Amino acid sequence: MKLTIYRYNPDKDAKPYYQDYDVPIDAHDRMLLDALVKAKAIDDSLAFRRSCREGVCGSDAMNINGKNQLACITKIADLPEHVTIRPLPGLPVIRDLIVDMTQFFKQYHSIKPYVINNDPAPERERLQSPEEREHLNGLYECILCACCSTSCPSWWWNPDKFVGPAGLLQAYRFIADTRDQATSERLDNLEDPYRLFRCHTIMNCVDVCPKNLNPTKAINHIKELLVKRAV
Amino acid sequence: MALNVRRYDAIVVGAGGSGMRAALELARAGLKTAVLSKVFPTRSHTVAAQGGIAAPLANSTEDNWHWHMYDTVKGSDYLGDQDAIEYMCRRAIEVVVELEHMGMPFDRLENGKIYQRPFGGHTQDYGSAKMAMRACAAADRTGHAMLHTLYQQNVRANTQFLVEWMALDLIRDPQDGAIVGITALEMETGELCILQGKAVLLATGGAGRIYWATTNAFINTGDGLGMVARAGLPLEDMEFWQFHPTGVAGAGVLITEGVRGEGGYLLNKNGERFMERYAPNNKDLASRDVVSRAMTTEIKEGRGCGEHGDHLLLKLDHLGPEVIMHRLPGIREIAIKFANADPIREPIPVVPTVHYQMGGIPTNYMGQVIAPEGASKEAIVPGLYAAGECACVSVHGANRLGTNSLLDLLVFGKASGEQVIKDIRGQPAPHRNLPKEAGEATRARVARLDGAKTSERVVDVLNDLRRTMQAHCGVFRFPDDLHKGVEKVKELGERVQRTFIADKSKVYNTARVEALELENLVETAMATMISAEARKESRGAQARADYPERDDQNWMKHTLWYKEGNRLDYKPVHLRPLTVQTMEPKVRTY
Repeated sequence: MKLTIYRYNPDKDAKPYYQDYDVPIDAHDRMLLDALVKAKAIDDSLAFRRSCREGVCGSDAMNINGKNQLACITKIADLPEHVTIRPLPGLPVIRDLIVDMTQFFKQYHSIKPYVINNDPAPERERLQSPEEREHLNGLYECILCACCSTSCPSWWWNPDKFVGPAGLLQAYRFIADTRDQATSERLDNLEDPYRLFRCHTIMNCVDVCPKNLNPTKAINHIKELLVKRAV
Repeated sequence: MALNVRRYDAIVVGAGGSGMRAALELARAGLKTAVLSKVFPTRSHTVAAQGGIAAPLANSTEDNWHWHMYDTVKGSDYLGDQDAIEYMCRRAIEVVVELEHMGMPFDRLENGKIYQRPFGGHTQDYGSAKMAMRACAAADRTGHAMLHTLYQQNVRANTQFLVEWMALDLIRDPQDGAIVGITALEMETGELCILQGKAVLLATGGAGRIYWATTNAFINTGDGLGMVARAGLPLEDMEFWQFHPTGVAGAGVLITEGVRGEGGYLLNKNGERFMERYAPNNKDLASRDVVSRAMTTEIKEGRGCGEHGDHLLLKLDHLGPEVIMHRLPGIREIAIKFANADPIREPIPVVPTVHYQMGGIPTNYMGQVIAPEGASKEAIVPGLYAAGECACVSVHGANRLGTNSLLDLLVFGKASGEQVIKDIRGQPAPHRNLPKEAGEATRARVARLDGAKTSERVVDVLNDLRRTMQAHCGVFRFPDDLHKGVEKVKELGERVQRTFIADKSKVYNTARVEALELENLVETAMATMISAEARKESRGAQARADYPERDDQNWMKHTLWYKEGNRLDYKPVHLRPLTVQTMEPKVRTY
C-alpha cells in the first residue's frame, strides 16, 4: 500500500514536507499500525508513538485520510490503497507524527480529575448501587488519546481557554460519580464563557472517538446541571 | 563534557501500576521524587490488564486470605516464597479498598459492594472444586480503570513526572555497590543526563517483547532488567514465562481469563470441551500453565481448529448478549476488530501466547533488591528497590495466578514506597558523591550507536531474537531446542554489539530508543535461555520434554543468572510463611 506521511524533523528540516512510502502488505498485516511499523523498518527516521497496539493506551492517535483515529485499530482492509497520514491537528509538532500534548493534558488536569470525598474513609469499600455505577459507563473508558479535542474547531481556536471534549467528558465522569462530593465546585470551575460554553455541538468529537464515547452528551449534562442550579 | 545532574530524594523508573502506587506514597510523604516513564503514565502496559484484582473480600462467596495464600502457593508450583505470598494476601483487602476510595470504578453487586468473579486457580477451602469469587473487576477493563485512578491520585498529590524519558543505566558506588542514581535519555531533546537519588525504585514492567507472539505492548522491553544485568546484579527465575491460554490467534492480543470466569469455555475441532480431560475439577479455570499445556497438546495431536489446525476456540455466545455487553464489552471489541468474530454469535480463535514474566529482579517483600554477597544469599543492595512485573519477590514462583498481578502491583508498589520513605527518613544523610566515571558507560553505549556506520539493522536483530525465543523456549521445551537456543541467543548478543541506526538526529529519535531497548531485550532473552536450559525439571511454566516431572529434591530453588560469563547461582525457596504453617509441596492437580 502507499502511505503519504507528514515529515518534519526540527534538527534538519526548514519546513515540513510529505514523503511517500510503498509498503509491502501481507496477510499478517491487519492494522494501519502494522504498515507504519513496516515503513519504519524501511526508514528508521520515521517517528510516531505506539504502545499497546490494541486500542487501550491511546498513544497512536493520528490524522488518517483526514480523520483522527488510532492507527492500531484502523483496519488496512477498510482503507483505500493510498493513505495520507498527518499528525493530530491543532497541536505543535515535535517531530513527524509526534505532537506536543502539553496543552491537552493541562486542560484535563484543570478539571481536577479525581474523586473528591472528604468524609473519613470507611473500613471497607464505599457502597454504590449497580444503577449508580452504570452512570460511569461511557465516561470512565476514555483513553486520553486526544482524537476528540484535536478534531474540535472550538478547541483549535481556544485550546488554552476551552477545556475541550476530552476534559469535559472527564469533568462529567466525576460529577456523575456518587462517591464524589465536589459537584458544585466542579460546576463553578466550568461556568465560564470559554471553559464549557465554547462547545457549539459540532459533534466532531462523537464522530471520531475510537472508543465510541459521546463527549457532547456529557457536555449537555453539565449544561443542564448549570441551568438547574440557576433556577 | 560531564552530563547534567538532577538531584532527587527518590527516583521511580516506570509509571505503571506499581510505579505510580509507590510514587503516591513518596509524594504524600513529601519526598522530592521524580517518576520517569518512556510513555505518558496512562499509556503504561497496566492499562491492558482486563479481568480483575484478587482480594478475598468475600462479597459473593465465602473467602479468606488463607485460601488465597494456599491457591497462590499451589499456583506457583511451590516455587513462590511463602513469606512474601502471605504478606501479599494479607494486604490484599487493604490495597483494594484503598483503590476503591481513590475512585476506582469497580462494578457493583446489588448490595453496593464490589463485584467479584471467579478466576483460574482461585478456589475455596484449600483447592476444592468450588471456585472462589475473588477477582474484583471493572467490567473487562480493570487495568485501564486502575491505571487511570492511580494517575489521577498522583495528579492530586502533585507527583513530578518526567514523561518520555528512558532510563538507561544504574550508577553504583564502587566502594560498596550502593545505587546512587541512574542515567537517562530525555527523548524529546535527545539529551543524556544523570538523575542522582538516595533511592532508585525500578518499576519497569515485563519484557514479553522477547517473543514473537506476545500480548505485551511495544514498550515492554525489560529496561530495568537490562540495567540490573549490566550493573552486575543477578536476575531471578527468568526461565518462567507465562503463556496466557487465550491470545487472539495470529494477533496476540489478550482475551481475558474473565471470559472463562463468566462461564466461557474452550473447544477443540471436534467440539469437545477438552479441559474436562486435563483438569476434571476446575476444568477451564485450572491455572494458566495447565490450560496452555493442554491446548498445545490438543493442537499437537491434531485436534486444533481452522485450516491449519493451529488454534482452539473460546466459546461464550451461550452467556447471552446481556452478560457479554455488560461484563465483557472490551473483549467483544477486540474480538470483532482482531479476529473478525462477534462473540455474541461465534467463538473466538485463540492460542497460548506469551503474557507475563514470573522472574525478574530479586527483592524481599519490602521491595529491597537483594543479591548474594559473602555468606549471605540475600544481602540488601543499598539504594535499590524494585516492584511489579520487573521484580521477583517471589510471589508467583513458577506460575502466576490470574488477577494476582494487579494485586502484586498495589501491594509491592505500596510496600516499596513505604520502605523507601523509612530508609530515607530513618537515616537522614546527604546524597553520596557520584563516582568519577558516573555516566561513562552510558555515554559509550550511545556513542557507539552514533558512530556506527553500517552493519546490523536493529529491526533484523530484534526479529531474529523474537523468532528464536518463540521457536526454542515455548510452552513445551525440548533439550535440543534449548541447547541451540542458547547458542543462537549468544550469537544475537554479539550482533547487538554491532547494530547501527541510520537516523543520527537528536530530537525524538525513536530509532535510537529502539536500539537501546534491544540491548535490554537481549539480556532478558539470554537470562531466559540460560536459566531454562540449566533447570532439569518441569515446574509451572517450565515444561521440559526430557524431564517431565517436578523434582523438589534437586530443584526446589530459585535460579540466579549473572550477565558476566552467563554465570548461574541458586538460592533456597522461603518455605516458612510469616505466621502460619508451611504449605507443604504436593502433587499439583486441578
